[in-house]
Amino acid sequence: MKILVFIKLVPDLVEELSIDPNGTALDTTWMRMIINEFDDHALEQAILLKEKQTADVIVIAPDVEGVDEVLFTALAKGADQVIKLTGDFSNANNHAFARAFTPYINNIQPDLILTGVQANSDIDGSIGPLIAACQNQPFIGYVSGVILEDKRAIVRKEYPGGVIAEMSVSLPAVLGIQSAEQPPRYVAVSKVRQVMKTANIEEHQFDAIDISGSPKTNRMFQPETSTHAEMIEGNPDEIADRLVSVFKEKGIL
Amino acid sequence: MSRDIFVLIEHNQGQVSEISYIMLAAGRDLAIAQGSQVIAILFGNQAENLAQNLSADKLLYVNHPALEDFTQDAYLITISEIIKSRQPGVVLFGNTTIGSDLAGAVSISLDLDLASSCKYFTSDGKVVSQICGGKIMVESNFSFTTTLITMLPGGYKPELGQSDHPPAIENITPPSLENLRIKNINFIQPESSDIDISKEPILVSIGRGIQTQDNVELAEELAEALGGVICASRPVIDQGWLPTSRLVGKSGKQVKAKLYIAIGISGAPEHVEAITGSETIIAINTDPKAPIFDIATYGTEADLFDLVEILTHRINQAKGNR
Amino acid sequence: MSIKETANEIFYNRIQEETPDGEKLRNCLQCGNCSGICPFGYVMVYPPSRMIAEIRANRFEKILGTENVWMCVSCYACTSVCPAKIPLTAGLMTGAKEELLLAGNVPSELQIALENSQRYGNPLGESPRKRADWAREIQPEVKIMGKFRQPVDVLWFVGDYPSYHPRVQLIAKSMAKILNALNINFGILGPEEVSDGDSQRLAGEHGLFEMLAEKNGSAFSKYEFKEIITTDPHAFNAIKNEYPKLGISYPVRHYTEYLAENIDRIIPMIKNDINARVTYHDPCYLGRANNIFEQPRTLIQNLPGVELVEMPHNLNNSLCCGGGGGGMWLDGFQWEKSHVRLSEWRIQEALSTGANILAVACPYETPRFEDACKNIDKTGKLRVLDIAELLTESMGI
Repeated sequence: MKILVFIKLVPDLVEELSIDPNGTALDTTWMRMIINEFDDHALEQAILLKEKQTADVIVIAPDVEGVDEVLFTALAKGADQVIKLTGDFSNANNHAFARAFTPYINNIQPDLILTGVQANSDIDGSIGPLIAACQNQPFIGYVSGVILEDKRAIVRKEYPGGVIAEMSVSLPAVLGIQSAEQPPRYVAVSKVRQVMKTANIEEHQFDAIDISGSPKTNRMFQPETSTHAEMIEGNPDEIADRLVSVFKEKGIL
Repeated sequence: MSRDIFVLIEHNQGQVSEISYIMLAAGRDLAIAQGSQVIAILFGNQAENLAQNLSADKLLYVNHPALEDFTQDAYLITISEIIKSRQPGVVLFGNTTIGSDLAGAVSISLDLDLASSCKYFTSDGKVVSQICGGKIMVESNFSFTTTLITMLPGGYKPELGQSDHPPAIENITPPSLENLRIKNINFIQPESSDIDISKEPILVSIGRGIQTQDNVELAEELAEALGGVICASRPVIDQGWLPTSRLVGKSGKQVKAKLYIAIGISGAPEHVEAITGSETIIAINTDPKAPIFDIATYGTEADLFDLVEILTHRINQAKGNR
Repeated sequence: MSIKETANEIFYNRIQEETPDGEKLRNCLQCGNCSGICPFGYVMVYPPSRMIAEIRANRFEKILGTENVWMCVSCYACTSVCPAKIPLTAGLMTGAKEELLLAGNVPSELQIALENSQRYGNPLGESPRKRADWAREIQPEVKIMGKFRQPVDVLWFVGDYPSYHPRVQLIAKSMAKILNALNINFGILGPEEVSDGDSQRLAGEHGLFEMLAEKNGSAFSKYEFKEIITTDPHAFNAIKNEYPKLGISYPVRHYTEYLAENIDRIIPMIKNDINARVTYHDPCYLGRANNIFEQPRTLIQNLPGVELVEMPHNLNNSLCCGGGGGGMWLDGFQWEKSHVRLSEWRIQEALSTGANILAVACPYETPRFEDACKNIDKTGKLRVLDIAELLTESMGI
């Protein structure tokens, strides 16, 4: 069984985001890139599947600042092979990435492709359905449980209201992971450092970035919130008193 | 190519989901601006009755057993046929477990542009999308060919997508739907033995800020004092500190409480979209920039660990004094 | 040899080789002093002496399967009473935590703190760029070495909690005011400072500790200063005892040592009486681990109107607040296992002395003891103050 995991790095929202002087893209000067949380779940799900049955887990990520550490961490968690796509991805979108992967997917012929259900930087749709369509493979997103059989996967797809659809999909297929069956595992720094000394990230140069499929961005801006909560100040006692009077006004108390 | 606005209606277990009405309302705005029509698209099996409340100029209905419940491949084949033959100006999908699975695949197969996470359209015909947890907005243009859009709730009122007069139905012959690779086996309902938070008037909701399972008790005591129940955002549910029936959010319940107190919740879009129907929202969060403050009625930056217990105490005192 | 035996042997040998005086582990008499004095010993299935017994019986993997090692707050109580002088905290308990971490057995609260330390250089997950924001309003301006670029006499290593935690930032501000009042030529690293890494080290993440130490070391090497002082006993312990093993060697003192030395210059600046009964909590990493007991008391006793009283567990016998060894990030976990908070135990002791003020000297302590006060001292009679805050109160700055 070969499981391919596609990982993207996204802006870390802990840092303040700002728009670049052109007004059409994010200012990357202070931007920290971290692994897309849902892709981290996809990786965890892949490793869990590998632990249950014999499978090879191959991880692919485009080259952005911070990707090496992410890939070495993936190896330390149990991935078998990691591939970095190098090139100028500064203007790339999900369509471009999906197309860039096609040759690798054709080479590797994975039985299952896992990726996160969405990423905070998506502007042209999430990447899973794009990859699936490039490969003419079926796609199921919002997945929170996967069982792998020989020729199919049984997955749990989330619907609103806590409803879950148990579904089957024939392999090869692409899944968009919402959450792995357990939270992404911790891996000790020493383990990652050890992996850095012994293991290798395969690099493949990719030049042709085809970004068609995304409407042109006119501008990016920070939302001006027309409404804002009425803020209550003071020490906890004063705030509690004010809230109690609000409750009384609203007939709660 | 027409300038019609197509809206793919989403439904599950016999219910049309709210996003469908929101999209119809959005579509209506666009159609008026462009002088075109809103055409609802419905797939199902003996599901015409779902069209009852839809506000649209027309409904295209495709009936087939394979379309009874959503599967990405059956829906993809069907919607692609319709778009190819009718060439609408815009197709609206929900940014949901149905629409998001589909839209990208349609984009690649039909070579059409896709703008996702759209919140609203401007009066001069631009698409405004929301990214980075709601912190950044992206404005883009419609394409010259059919533009695909996935929509988030919050920009339009669902009531404006509803109507007492169901649209005229045009039946469309389904395409060949054989050898489908995705099948629904079974739908699992959430535990019904627990409370249905979507029907509760007073909710005390906890998020990542609560930090440890230990502290859930603080919220429970506050809920008890107010005569309400507790619920939570995703991080708390994922940790297993509360059952999934208490999840408020995109994958959980939508709530329309009289009073919703959000404790240690930042206000990520997936959560916010499920609570905007609530009357009074109170947000307690030490981060003054937390997006929750944009939709809350009242807010405070006080540390929940300082405030919640005192608040519970005050409430109990106020009740005792009556 | 079965594989299980090998893993046990490997562990036993590793901790002996890697810990200074580690070979003393073989001298364990099984007296049980360690397990008896351990504040959570009664909750642990394998307190220190029993752990050694299991290792000797080749059953270390049993310990790996439990979570009870995470009850250890690395308070050094066991180490200080061991008649065979075994380095229990640094060798045995830390070594066991390292194994658990490698096996992926780590409570999620702690995991988040460790991942934050790795990503942001602080366990709180705050932006590194904002590390010196606390200092903005201080006048004269607090010099940030990266901007100031001139030699200073003293490099003040501020620490994670004083930099980011709202309550502890007040202590950082007090310290800055004192240094300014004394006209000390000092600077801070600001955004270039990362966590000292000591608690992470004691929580089993040696690799993370090394990574953080290397970053601090490289920042230190860029600037000229005569000595380092710190408001954090954990940082003090790290820079004094652990960083030199990585080739990072600087003279370092805890701020109480530094200010006690300058007491003659401080006394004339004192304007206000404190007029309180004050009891002092010896932090584990200042007292028991590094033998600094006098200087904090000197500072307190020189404040007018102060009656210094001692708690029953003082000096070497001090009771841990529960924050060390990762404990700061394991409160939920430890509460679930024990339903006891060490900090509450300590507050009860403080109250029993009739004290109005509990004086502390470690950044973990103020938030932990104030939280405990909310549960125990509902009348709000006891104030928890860092010695730096007592000083600024009496100096009127």
